[in-house]
Formats: sequence, C-alpha cells, structure tokens
Amino acid sequence: MAAAMIQLDFAAVLVDWPLLLRGAALTLALTAVATVLGGALGIACARARTHGPTPARVLAAAYVELIRNTPFIVQLFFIFFGLPSLGVRLSSEAASVIAMTLNLGAYAAEIVRAGIEATPLGQLEAARSLALTERQVFLRVVLPPSLGRVWPALVSQVVIVMLGSAVCGQIAAQELSYSTNLIMSRNFRSFEANFVAAGLYLAMAVALRQALAWAGPRWLFGRSAPRGS
Amino acid sequence: MNLQRRSLFALALAAAVFAPASHAQSALDAIVAKKSVAIAIPTDFPPYGFVGTDMAPQGLDVDMARLIAARLGATVELVPVTSANRIPYLQTHKADLVISTLGKNPEREKVIDFTAAYSPFFQAVFAPRALAVKSPADLAGKTIGVTRGAIEDMELTKIAPGGADIKRFEDNNATVSAFVSGQVQVIATGASVAGNMMARNPQLGTEFKLLLKDSPNFIGVAKGDDKLRLKVNEIIAAAKASGEIDKLCVKWLGRPAGDLPN
Repeated sequence: MAAAMIQLDFAAVLVDWPLLLRGAALTLALTAVATVLGGALGIACARARTHGPTPARVLAAAYVELIRNTPFIVQLFFIFFGLPSLGVRLSSEAASVIAMTLNLGAYAAEIVRAGIEATPLGQLEAARSLALTERQVFLRVVLPPSLGRVWPALVSQVVIVMLGSAVCGQIAAQELSYSTNLIMSRNFRSFEANFVAAGLYLAMAVALRQALAWAGPRWLFGRSAPRGS
Repeated sequence: MNLQRRSLFALALAAAVFAPASHAQSALDAIVAKKSVAIAIPTDFPPYGFVGTDMAPQGLDVDMARLIAARLGATVELVPVTSANRIPYLQTHKADLVISTLGKNPEREKVIDFTAAYSPFFQAVFAPRALAVKSPADLAGKTIGVTRGAIEDMELTKIAPGGADIKRFEDNNATVSAFVSGQVQVIATGASVAGNMMARNPQLGTEFKLLLKDSPNFIGVAKGDDKLRLKVNEIIAAAKASGEIDKLCVKWLGRPAGDLPN
C-alpha cells in the first residue's frame, strides 16, 4: 500500500539553517545594493524625463520602456549568458545586482516622475525667484517632497524587486531561493523547504518595508514632508 | 497549551490538505481503468528526451514510455519534467511513472521505488583540453557548472575538494549555457548532454576528464506501489529478452544496452 499521506518533517529542512541564513543574507545584500543604485538611477531618469534636454528624455524613456516591457528573468539571462559573447563576463552576483538595479531603476523612474510632476508650480516659481540654480531647485525644492509623496509606492517596488531576486538562483547566485532549491534537491522535502522559504521571504519583506518607512522621512525628505496618500 | 493544540490542529489540517485524496490502491488499477498512463519524461536531455523540430518530444525515454504504455494497454500522457522536479511530480502523483534518465541512489530510494534498469548511462567531468584535470584534487580553484539535484551534483559534491567553486544551475540548458559562454571552466554532466554539447561547439575543444559515476537508468514509481513496479518489471524483462531494449539503445545511443542491473 502506498503511503497514506505526506509526512511533514520540518527538521529535515531546518537542520540546514546555515545555508538558509547565508541565502537570506545574500538576498538582503543584493537588495540593499540594488536599492541604492536603482533608486539613484530612477531619480536620474525621472529628472531626465521631466527636466532634461530632448536626447536625454528619449534615452531615459527608451530605457524605461525596454525594462518595463520585458520579463526580469530574460533581462537576467541576457546579462549573464548573453553578455559573455560580447566579451563581458560577470559573476552570478554581479549579474544579479546589475539586473536588479536596472529593473528597479526603470520602475522607480516612473514612480519618482509622478512625484515630481505633482510639484505645485508656485513652489518652483518661489524657488527660482530666490535665484537658486536649476540644480539647487531640483535637489532641495523639488526632489525631497516628491520622494515623500511617492515613498510608499517606491518602498513597495523595492520589496517587489527583493522578492523577484528569487530567480537569481537560476544563474547560480546563492541567494535564498537557491538555498531552498538546493535543500529540496538533497532531501526532497519540497513542501517544507518552500514553506520555510516563504516564511523567511515574508519576514524579510515586512522588515524591509518597516526599515524603509522609518529611514525615508529621516534621511531623504524630512519628517514634516507630506506623505503620499 | 492552547497554542500547542492549535498548531497541532494546523499541522493536521495541512497534512490533510496535502494528502492525496485516496491512495490505498495501486496506480496500476487507475491506469487500467482509465486506459491512460501519465509518464514523466525529459525534454532537455538529448538523446534521451528532447523536442524535435516538429515540437513533439522524442528520444529513448520517450520511446520507452510509449513501449511501457502500449504493454499496459493504455494511451500515454507525456509529462515534461526537469531533473530538479521529476521526483516531486511522482510524489504528488502528477505522474504515474518517471522515465527520465533517473539514476538510483539511497537518498532517492527513501522517497520513491525503482524498477529494473532499462538503459545505460554515465556522468563525468568535462573541460577544455587546455585545462589540466587529472584527478578530483585538480578541481580546486576552478569553477564547475552542474545541474542542481542531478546525480552528477551528488557525486561531484562528494569528490570535489574544498577549493572547488561549484555553481549549480536549474536545468541542463542553463548548465550547458554557462559552460559554453565561459561562465564556468568545467562542466559535470551526463555523457549524452556532453556529447550533444561537444558536437555543437567544437571550437571549445571539450574533452572527457573524470568519471563520476556509471549509473544505468531506472524507472521511478511511487513509494510502496509494488503492484505497478512488478508489472513494469515484467514488461522490462520481456523487452530485454525480445531485443526491443537493445534496438532502442542502438537507435538512440549507437550501442546495445549491455549489462543492466535488475
């Protein structure tokens, strides 16, 4: 007679906790780097699309549309498997960070652009009448409240990119889903392994959301800045 | 106390949800009743299982699946699987049989059962001629690509020295792509995959380096389903005796089956 039901055995998965921990740490590290670089890239593209000269506008728009209309895994495979034929050979981790940065940059550009375009005209006129340079106007008057307005959307996008990094295991970056798959291929406890991984991703996503919600007002746009609705 | 009871209840609920509806009977009864058998086959593993230009699966495993289905008096439902998910497919009864270049090892025997062997196979380490790899110790300091969860992954993990950088990929296509694009220096894979890769990329100068394991292929059945296993064993024994298995091996591998363990 066949086994009546699947026996759950979480110990078989949890015994590999160093592997899970290392995976979770790499996932967070990849996300941290991609968040900083991707956020900066997004702001730069948003500025190019709203205030830049025509070539910069076109270039930024092309990049945003290219990334937002292709699957992340295809972008990742292009960087890891495709670029070597052009002579660019990257490690799994470097390819993952670049793919995540480019991906986040494109989505962040559109989110930040929405924030910038919602800037009241009066604020711009007031800033210019104080003889601030265009650069000062953007960095000190336009950008901080813009980030404040779209911060929740931006934080959500960062969380999406972190969860999306699960596919980086496909190119042998040893992040959390790579660890999970490795454990699963060793002990065939697929339900338990995925259950544990889902729990870890959930905890990491909640923690990341909290951390960014805390950090944004303190370091980027000031406590009194208007929050997004 | 209350919490403990509640978590026990949650576990029981999860177990009930994930338990197959009714599995007291052998899958054989269902196959005979439905006149249809779901067989997991590879589609990324020429010449055992691959997709031809007509997009239909073909190969030694696919022919074997058709042969078994015909002898069971059932139509075959081919279920494409990868190295990593073929055992979960069997465990969750998405497939009745796995004919997918499945090697036998003690870890796998804990979760599924195996029939007699039906075709020969071996795994090895391959690398460009210029790279000196004469013993496992030579793998130190080199990057080696392997398909996660495959037999060669287990064997390589056992023999590789601490300094070897093993990169595990999701399926054979990714592993081969990593080697061909130069992302890894060495590849550990099955002879058939390597043969196919070398034929398409002669410029790499790839050659056989180290034997990892001689591992004939077995058919996987659900753990404890002796009725189906014994029936398939009968079919394999008859096909060996009649020369049908040798004919399949000559057709796809270019040599007869040789000695296969029962």
